[in-house]
Amino acid sequence: MADGLMKLHYEIPADDLTYAGEASSSVKKVLVQLGINPVQIKKAAVSMYEAEINAVIHGHGGAADIEIGNGRIFICIEDKGPGIPDLELAMQEGWSTASDEVREMGFGAGMGLPNIKRYADKLDIETETGKGTKVMITVMYPNT
Amino acid sequence: MNVSELSEKLGGRILTGEGSRERQICGIYCCDLLSWVMSHAAKGSAWITVHNHVNIVAVAALSELSCIIMPEGIEAEEATLKKAAAEDVAIISTDLSAYDVCCIAHDNGI
Repeated sequence: MADGLMKLHYEIPADDLTYAGEASSSVKKVLVQLGINPVQIKKAAVSMYEAEINAVIHGHGGAADIEIGNGRIFICIEDKGPGIPDLELAMQEGWSTASDEVREMGFGAGMGLPNIKRYADKLDIETETGKGTKVMITVMYPNT
Repeated sequence: MNVSELSEKLGGRILTGEGSRERQICGIYCCDLLSWVMSHAAKGSAWITVHNHVNIVAVAALSELSCIIMPEGIEAEEATLKKAAAEDVAIISTDLSAYDVCCIAHDNGI
């Protein structure tokens, strides 16, 4: 924490929804312990959960790196999946490539990326077909 | 009304969430699309869903919902109960339909 930032790292398992959300739940607990405002906690936790689920379902797993400090929660979720061929289309609510099995569990409604955009103060997505996707979420919080 | 009182009105059983029985219920939300719930359910809502897999616990915890209600006698999976206990998320199981749960909640001021 030499630079004043708390840094966290989590591995995201591939194709196993049983443990999906563990990283987001863990980050939420850290944010609660840090005394961050509940509104910002929800924004960070829900947007991270959606990105984590996407990495499990679509991205063959990956990793989450989080930085907290100086009024900013930065969440980077990177997968080694197939990438998103048409990002503009993927950002549309209701558009999804999820399998029937995943949909039957209540996921895959085509709301993951729109939800992230809705809850993040800043969202950057880098994606390349055949190489993977990097979702970078920023949530700002008032310094206490 | 809190979780314990609502469960009693529904003739339900609280399957887990010992520490969250006193949690106040601010409304009812009924939906089976998980992202939709996270996007629209208000904090403190009791969430009615037919899903019984482990991921509903994360959705309820991250969305700060007061409890999960499983209608029509649906039982939670073992992994769901373990996770709910760890996260202190209350799950109510009732034989009533989602519609009846909503009616009873409404009649009791929710």
